[in-house]
Order: sequence, then structure tokens, then C-alpha cells
Amino acid sequence: MSSSGTPAGGDAVPGPSGEPNHLRRFLAIWIGCSVIATPLVAILLGPLLPPGNGSDAASGQVTDNTVLLSMATPVLLLVVVYLVYALLAFRQPRGAALEGPAVRGHQSLQTLWIVVSGVLVLTLAAYGTVRLETGYGAGSGNGPKPLTAPKGEKLPVQVIAQQWAFTYRYPTYGGVETTHLELPVGKTVELHVTSLDVIHSFWAYQLGVKADANPGVDNVAFVKPTKIETFEVHCAELCGIWHGGMFDHGHVVSDTDFESWIAEQQARFAATTKALPKYSTTYTPEPLERGE
Amino acid sequence: MSATTADAASRPAQEKPLWRRLIGFNLLTAVILGVGGYYLGWWIGHLVTEGKSFEYTAATDENDVALLLAYFFGVIGFLIGLGFANYPISRLLGKPASLREKEEHGIGRYFGLCTDHKVVGIQYLCGIGLFFFIGGLNAMLIRTELLHSQPTFTGPNQYLSLVGMHGTMMMGMMTSGILGPFANYFVPIMIGARRMAFPRIEALTFWLLMAAGFILTSTIFFGGFPTGWTGYEPLNDQAVMGMDSYICFFALVGISMCLLGLNMMATIITMRAPGLTWSRLPIFVWSVFATSVLMVLAAPMLVATLLMAAFDRTIDTSFFLPAGGGSSYLFENLFWFFGHPEVYILALPGFGIVLELLPVFTRKPLWGYRLAISGMLGVSLLSFFVWQHHLFVSGINADLRPFYMLSTEIISLPTGFIFLCVMGTLWKARTSFTVPMLFCIGWVFNFLIGGLSGVFLSDTPSDTTTHGSFFVMAHFHYTIMGGLIFAFFAAIYYWVPKMLGVNFNEKLAKAHFWLMFVAFNSTFMPLFVLGMEGQARRVNFYEPKFHTLNVWVSISAFVLGFSMLIFLYNTVYSLIFKREVALQNPWRSKSMEWQVATPVPVNNFEQIPVFDSDPYDYGTPLVIGDTRVGGAQVQGG
Repeated sequence: MSSSGTPAGGDAVPGPSGEPNHLRRFLAIWIGCSVIATPLVAILLGPLLPPGNGSDAASGQVTDNTVLLSMATPVLLLVVVYLVYALLAFRQPRGAALEGPAVRGHQSLQTLWIVVSGVLVLTLAAYGTVRLETGYGAGSGNGPKPLTAPKGEKLPVQVIAQQWAFTYRYPTYGGVETTHLELPVGKTVELHVTSLDVIHSFWAYQLGVKADANPGVDNVAFVKPTKIETFEVHCAELCGIWHGGMFDHGHVVSDTDFESWIAEQQARFAATTKALPKYSTTYTPEPLERGE
Repeated sequence: MSATTADAASRPAQEKPLWRRLIGFNLLTAVILGVGGYYLGWWIGHLVTEGKSFEYTAATDENDVALLLAYFFGVIGFLIGLGFANYPISRLLGKPASLREKEEHGIGRYFGLCTDHKVVGIQYLCGIGLFFFIGGLNAMLIRTELLHSQPTFTGPNQYLSLVGMHGTMMMGMMTSGILGPFANYFVPIMIGARRMAFPRIEALTFWLLMAAGFILTSTIFFGGFPTGWTGYEPLNDQAVMGMDSYICFFALVGISMCLLGLNMMATIITMRAPGLTWSRLPIFVWSVFATSVLMVLAAPMLVATLLMAAFDRTIDTSFFLPAGGGSSYLFENLFWFFGHPEVYILALPGFGIVLELLPVFTRKPLWGYRLAISGMLGVSLLSFFVWQHHLFVSGINADLRPFYMLSTEIISLPTGFIFLCVMGTLWKARTSFTVPMLFCIGWVFNFLIGGLSGVFLSDTPSDTTTHGSFFVMAHFHYTIMGGLIFAFFAAIYYWVPKMLGVNFNEKLAKAHFWLMFVAFNSTFMPLFVLGMEGQARRVNFYEPKFHTLNVWVSISAFVLGFSMLIFLYNTVYSLIFKREVALQNPWRSKSMEWQVATPVPVNNFEQIPVFDSDPYDYGTPLVIGDTRVGGAQVQGG
């Protein structure tokens, strides 16, 4: 038996006289709700969305989240309004055993649904791709050889993850390694994330940066901090028993503050820097020990 | 009657004394042989490694070889004890095969090897239910810990073991959550067959899963495992012996899943009754078919991956260890190549249940039957091309991210088909709000939220923040708990009256639904906010600013747990004490399983039915004629 081949719509079945035009009513409610809710979401809720405006990557993600949420709102309302409407309007009367109309499909409605959702999905994918490539990875880890990189001068900073702490190395400042992350405001930073043992993930929340730290891999992420502030650093990949405790605070500071801070670090860790292995994008992990 | 009735084939069991009935191939023997096999494996493991594992860095009391061999021999002993070796051995020796497994009667057959698909279905329901409650209990303990922003209630290792056990138990056992009980029980009846294609394999899948469940639970004796359900390397290699329980558990689940899928596919392809063409197949059977395809293709990848992980842990290979030239990316790739189809293995049967139940309770034919099928098969096919969206920030193949973004977003197309079919069926319907229908409506809402939140995760820039946060956790709980588990309960309230012949108490069932639905949303909706605000997954420390919301979530989670106790109470009260006899067809369904008698006769049908339509010819005046009662008659109106 053909199920959906016959173009017999729900409206083709005549209801009892005096029954309202449900389709028109539902469409009016849905469109009304969407017209009100979507701009509210985009204008009022959008700017409040995480992760804030701490960097170019973070602001970009706020824009993306706003776009996605604005597109999702009418879809959410479509199904929710429909569900509520249909469940309220079309009920089995108490104690009755009535049958519904024997409608098995609606060819043109199905085609319309496929076309509209297809267009929506392709638009989203195209939008995401453009945002990803023009945003130089949008703050995410781009692997060892990023396809696109911001032009101009960049400050390379290496993030070395190990159980259960991050340390940071500044190759352009004599390869000094610090236990604390400070970044100058307004300068593009090239983060090289790697690990010495298991998989970690470097997550600087307010900067909108997340890049997995894999042993033996140099995972590059780009970010340009735009605001002087303190940001949270978490590990975002389960890395063993103290994973939850692997968090810290970093600072975005002014250029002069950064220069004086890094000079101080260089002086303080001068002896340690000499003992460190030469700066490299990855470090061969030690064989793992049990029960550490 | 004893729970371990064994060889009561020709003579009634009552004639034999109890001690005689305990000897033979039964659960007791299986447990004894299982324990024996365990110690044999343990002994061999210590013998070949001279008390030490091959792993040169192993601590002295760590012997992965011994534990893995112990589990291996334990499972073999368990299966032999149940009688799984009897058939192949008797055939090898040229003796006639015994078919006695099917002929047993009484309660004893539920506690041993039984090849009746209806018995296996009920075994699955109880077994899966048991492990579902263990997994749920772990979740309660996790939420208890998260009442505080610092570890207080559990140690860090205990906490991660709870997280790992909860995740692994649910992701492993619930893969068969609907296929195990309901597909095993109802697919043969729905397609007009008397049995599954491979009845012994069907029983094997169940007992493998039970062995696996106990192995995972035993991880608490070996230090637990710190990796969560994903088992990422190299943390996996670094972990103590409890990790071997995870490896063994998931490998057994993979084997069970693969066999289950194979059996379902063979049954659906070859054993349909005359007239039951592909375009008349109930939509639930289609969803089982789509799931089976995934199971057969994805599960072997899991087993192979875990075998490699076990080799890394025991005989010093280095597939996944960068220190030895391996790659941690390899594990992530292999795992998610299984892992993403896996989440659709969990979701697809839910689609099937909802679409199968809606026509019954709206008194309308299923709207867009072919669209629903293409939706399910589309999801099933596409799910093999999206796995790297789990690795967007990992740095692996970063240039391919636009492709995975596209494929992931395209998968929302076939999922949208399912929603359209649901909506079409509800239009101008005669909806009655029975308990199964309420759970279906709950499914629609939850899966909608789950699906829409998935769009944020599929978009790489947006995923950068939400990846690995509570947002992901909320997303997949909406799709799996809100999707699969709601459909699971819809199926329980819909089909258990047929399976056991007794009704649930409707008031308690409705209380269960409302409490579960409200508590579920109250638990997981705030997690989206927490994740967006920056709380990472699987942590036992979090910042004080998240404390209030976490307390809210924990309290809602306890209410959610309490709603399960209502269900449990209802089950015990209605099914064991009250025993209100169910009608043959209380829902006035036109599907085949409701046309056979309750309880379903051993051979299902006196004669194989002939089908002349799909089971959705509602919307015409209903004929509940005696001609259709008894099950041996022609299907259709």
C-alpha cells in the first residue's frame, strides 16, 4: 500500500461545520510568536551569551551563538506551538472511541519540509565554515599546520599540559617557562598546545580558546585578547584523578605591564631556563608510570 | 519451583528431588564454572608472567594479564555452565541436536539458556532494568558529590570511577535497552514468525550482556577506572587494573551487540510472513532494522579497538602510546568511529517506538510512512560520516572540520523527517492521553531540545566553548535519557501488559511520568547554562559561582531518581501483588502482536498469518471482531 504517495492533505478532510480553520490558526500563532521572540532573542539575549568579549575569538563565538539561537528559535517554536496546539485541539472525547482521518501523508508538504530544512542546514554549514576559516579557527585548536593564520606579528606562547598543571613557555623571550599565563592586550597570540603525558585540553574560557593537548602533537590556536581582565583556565578533557582541580587564572595585561612581567620572569627563572630542554614544538613523552 | 530447573525436558520437574534438579546445565552451574574459570585464568596469568605483568612499569600488585585472562576464562566457564557448548559439541560428534531449551515450562526457564524469543525478551527486560538502576544509582552519587564545589563526599578516584561506571553502564547496557527486551519479544510476532532466525545466538547475546554487566560492576574491586566511558588513551594505559574491567565489559557488549544486530537483520530479511512486504513492515521493525545495521557495522570496530588497548596494557604493544611511537589520535578516531553510530544505536529504536505508538493513540494512520523510513535509514547511513565532530578542538585533521560540520548538520535532515511524521500524525487526530502516549509526547519535546542543542555543538566556532563542558552533557542526556529512556518507558507501559499479562496501576504510572518529565527538564536544562558559563564535564571541583545552580540540579536529579522509585513500586505492586489481568488488546491496536492471545502461546501462531496491509489502517471504523482474536487470522481490516 502506498503510504505517502497520495497528495491528500489534512485539510482535504472536511470537518464538522463550524470547526475553525486549524491550519490558519496554528500558522498565525506560530508566526506571531516567532516574530516577537526571534528579535528579542537576537537583540536582548544575544549580547549576554557566553563567552563574552574578552578576545576576537570570544566575540566571534558570541556572534555565532546569537545567529544559531536566532535560527533555532522559530524552529523550536514551530514544534512546541504545534505540539501544544495539536494536543489541545485534537483530542479523543472522554469515553469515546472515535477514529481520526485516514490521511497517510502530504506529498507537497513533505517536499517543502525537505527543501526548507535542507536550505537551513546548508546555510548553517556554509556560515559555520566561513566563520571558522575567516576566524582562524575561531579560537579552537587547528592542529600542527593551520590552514589559515592571521597576518602580521604574532606572540608565540607554548602551553605545556601535564598531570595536573599547565606551564607556559615564551620562545621569543629566551624560552622562559612560567607557571602562570600573562598575555599582552591587543596582540595576536599564537598558542602552541602540547602535552607531556595524557590528553588534556587547554580551555581559556573568557578568551574563547579551547585546544586539546595531545602528547607529541603541536596544536596551534590563535587568539587576540581585546580586554584587560583575568580569565579562567580549565582542563577540558578528562586527564586523571585531579582533572577537576586542574584550573588556574591567567591575566590579560597592558603591553608595558607584560614587558615588565616577562622581564621579571626571565630573571627569576634564569637558572631553570638553562636546565630546560631546548624549546621545541613537542617533547617526547616519558614512558608512563603506573600509580602516579 | 526451583529457579534452576535444568533438564526437565520429558519428565515434569516435580518428580525429581531438588538436589537432582540443581545438577545439569543451569545458572548455578554457570556461576560455579564462571568462578572456576576466573581463578583458572588468574592462575595462568600469574604463571606466564611469573607474578608480574609484561608491562615493565607495572606496580607489583598489578597484573593485567592475569585479570584479563581471568575474565576471559570466567565468561567461557559461565557460558559452558549455561549449556551454550552443548549444541555445537553434539553436532560436532554427529549426535542429534537437542531442542530441549525451548520446551521447558515454568519460572525456571527465565534463569537459564532458553531459546524462546519471548523468554529472552523478559530476561532482557529484567537484566537491563537491574543495570539501569545500578547506573542510575551512580548518577545519584555523582550529583551528591556535586552538591559541593570541593570534593567532600567521595575521593577523586572514587568520583571518577562513579562517573566512568555511570557512563559506561548506561552507554553499554542500554544499547540493547529496546532491542533486547522489545525487539526480541515483538519483532518475530510483528513479522508473523514463530522464532528468531538464530535462537541460540539470541540467548547468547543476553547472557553475554549479563556477564559483561557483572564484570563492569567488579571494577570497584580493582580500583575503578578514571577515563569515563570514552576510555581515552594514554590515560587508559596509565590506569590501574580496574581499567581491564572496562575493556572486557565493552568488548563483550560489542560482541553481544554485533550478534544481536546480525540476528535481527537475518530475522527481518528472511522470516517475514507472506504478504508482509517491506512497505507494510511496522515502523518499529524498520527502526530495529536500521539500528541492527549500525550494530553490525560499528560494534566490531569497538571490539578491535579495545583489543588493541588491552595489548597496549599487557604485552607492551604501542598502538596508542606516543612514548612508543603510537598515537593517541588513533584511539580517538577508532573509538568515535564506533562511538557516534553508538549514540544513534541508542536513539533510533526510540524513533521507532514513538512512531509505532502514535497511530494507536491518535487513531490515525502513520503520517509519512516512507519519509519515516528514509529518515531512519538516512540517520543510520550518515552516522558513519560524522565522528570527527567529537574532535573539533583536538587538532586532528583540522582542515576537514568543514566537512564534518556539514555532515553533522545534514544529519538533522533525516531527524527532521521523524519530527514531520510525528507532527503529521498528530494533526486532526483523536489523541487519548494514555501513559505510553504521555511518554511519547515527552520524547518529542526532549528530543527537540536535544536536537537543537546539537546544532550548537556541530558548529565549530560555537563548539569551541561548549565542547567538553556541561553543555555537551546536557545535550546527550536530552537525546539519550530524554529520547531513549522516555521511549523505553513508553514501550514498558505499552507492551508489558502483553508480555506479562498484567496491567500497571495507571495513577502511579501517570505520577511517574509527570514527576519524571518535570524533574528531567529541571535537572538538565540548567546544565546548558552551566556549560555555557564554563563548567567542564567530569569535574569534582567547580567555581563557587556555579554552586547554587549545581545544588538546584542535584536536588532535581534526586527527584528524578525518586520518580524511578515510583516506577519500581508500581512494578512490584501491580505486577507481583495486584495482578490485574490485562485485556488481550487494551489499546485497540491493529498491530499483529495485539491480535495474538495473552499470554502469547509458545509458538506465537497456530498458523502463519498472511498480511494484506500495514498495521496502520486506522481512521476507518474499527472492527474488533472475533475473527481477529486468537492471532492465527489474517491481518488487516
